[in-house]
Amino acid sequence: MDSKTAKHRYWRANLRLVAACLAVWFVVSFGFGILLVSPLDEIQLFGVPLGFWFAQQGSIICFIAVIFYYAWRMNRLDREHDVEED
Amino acid sequence: MDLKLLTYLVVGTSFAVYIGIAIWSRARDTGDFYVAGKHVHPVANGMATAADWMSAASFISMAGLIAFLGYDGSVYLMGWTGGYVLLALLLAPYLRKFGKFTVPEFVGERYDSRVARIVAVICLIFISFTYVAGQMRGVGIVFSRFLEVPIGAGLAIGMGIVFIYAVLGGMKGVTYTQIAQYCVLIFAYTVPAVFIALQITGMPIPQIAFGSVVLGDSLPLLEKLDQVVTELGFPAYTSGTKSMIDVFCITAALMIGTAGLPHVIVRFFTVPKVRDARYSAGWALLFIGILYLTAPAVGSMARLNLTETIQVGPVGAPDGNVSYEDRPDWFRTWEATGLLSFEDHNGDGRIQYYNDRNPGFAQQAGRFGWRGNELRVDPDILVLANPEIAGLPQWVIALIAAGGIAAALSTAAGLLLVISAAISHDLLKGVIAPQISERAELMAGRISAAAAIVIAGALGYYPPAFVAQVVAFAFGLAAASLFPSILLGIFYKRMNKQGAIAGMLAGLVFTYGYIEYFKGLFLQWVGAPWGQDIASEWLLGISPEGIGTLGMLLNFTVAITVSRFTPPPPLRVQALVDEIRYPRVTAGEASSD
Repeated sequence: MDSKTAKHRYWRANLRLVAACLAVWFVVSFGFGILLVSPLDEIQLFGVPLGFWFAQQGSIICFIAVIFYYAWRMNRLDREHDVEED
Repeated sequence: MDLKLLTYLVVGTSFAVYIGIAIWSRARDTGDFYVAGKHVHPVANGMATAADWMSAASFISMAGLIAFLGYDGSVYLMGWTGGYVLLALLLAPYLRKFGKFTVPEFVGERYDSRVARIVAVICLIFISFTYVAGQMRGVGIVFSRFLEVPIGAGLAIGMGIVFIYAVLGGMKGVTYTQIAQYCVLIFAYTVPAVFIALQITGMPIPQIAFGSVVLGDSLPLLEKLDQVVTELGFPAYTSGTKSMIDVFCITAALMIGTAGLPHVIVRFFTVPKVRDARYSAGWALLFIGILYLTAPAVGSMARLNLTETIQVGPVGAPDGNVSYEDRPDWFRTWEATGLLSFEDHNGDGRIQYYNDRNPGFAQQAGRFGWRGNELRVDPDILVLANPEIAGLPQWVIALIAAGGIAAALSTAAGLLLVISAAISHDLLKGVIAPQISERAELMAGRISAAAAIVIAGALGYYPPAFVAQVVAFAFGLAAASLFPSILLGIFYKRMNKQGAIAGMLAGLVFTYGYIEYFKGLFLQWVGAPWGQDIASEWLLGISPEGIGTLGMLLNFTVAITVSRFTPPPPLRVQALVDEIRYPRVTAGEASSD
């Protein structure tokens, strides 16, 4: 595989990972915390209405998880495609 | 020990620490001064970023805003954290690979245009100075409130401390002091929260106490709070009053604006490698999250405390409200500052605190003999007064003062440094006098940092009356002008200088125009008839705070359209894009498709 194709593959894999992570980012904040907040509020999570909880705490926790997952996965991708920085 | 003396001691000790760090981390060359020699460990960088990010607003104002807005306060919680996901995924690693010193430098090189670089510098200076005015104001207020030092002197002391570690150490000095300031501010924020959570729910971890049952009651905190406030005609805490589209747009504008703020972006230039930049964003959000996950608890508990201190018995009962005579000590102290005030509208000597703008409640209130809300509370005092309201020991109160100052100074330093780099590196070295030596540039950096500090101090002393609105404008501007240009620069090779400049200007003019029309930032000064923020006239129901989102979309549209009709960027720029996309590829090897 020539280096041009290899780089293409790497970039595509990168874009796919970013898209997936952004989807989660969007869903937990704009989705659960804003657009779907009323129906979700019907459910109680240990004394906190669920939609409200996502808006105030849950989304932040998910953001942290998404970033760490992305960093770990992306660094692995670097190694797999042999573009890891030395 | 006297509270004032104790506060002096605690604050003074923190200052000694900052100065010690400044001396230890003197900058020796421009690499040190602008990006701390790219030696900062990702975890340390995360902590510094967190302190840089969490300003006086996060520390002092946010919990107070949440306390009075309830669900609507979520725009700040999500808005000021979600942007880090965008930074980590879309910007940080690529800008780190770019490897130079400033954001305008990236814009200038990517778009092969001095004009673009200068536009970026203008946006940066505006955003950063407005932000820094707010911080300086915060420093002055904490000094005057807790240390009883006049605002001017307080400002001078704050400026002096920042001067020492920013001018001496540059980014290196600023980074390591920010780490110390993070430790101070997180401790100062968490300790009172733990005490209060324990008092109200018996659960010492505030983030969890948020959902716990109130001691001596059978209801969870939020349910009790909903009940208590709705009985007084206020909207329920867990539902909001803003329209969904507005909540959506404000949250988006804040998130995207965060990712476009130069003083935050530059933090990712200081780590050794691309993979460190990715992790560093995670660490930053983790450290930020510790405070942000506590804030909803602090806000809701403060609201409950405040309301129950005034409404001591059943609503409407003759002795259901505390009498003015019997008001607690903290009430008296804060009354003296003018941030808390009482007016006995019905002359019964008792304090009625309720929502007199709720027509549905007005009839009931009338029957109780109430004649209008009698208590006015500035949301800013909630975090500062919370320890007193809860009757916490004095050292906790002194700690809050040190924490508030740490938060303000850490952010101010980050902003001032980015302003100074824009002047010495982007304007001077980049455009006006490219031949100046490294030593001269370093000296220019120090001088512009010093000048920026003085101007910031002046802005703190004579703040533009509209500081809060101007900060909202800063986010909108970052979202509409800088973020799209940087994003397109990395992900869309076809984007050229004409598109980028057109897009930046479109976003800038639209966002500025909209905010000026509704908020009257500057032109009202000269007698413009606008500045009436009438909600029914908002475009699509979006407030000026949220308009940056539309500005961003406009930027994208204009930029992409214009670039299609103009020549593609030169091959060497396309090679640059390739270089930043791959952690290991040299410019010679890069493809040019």
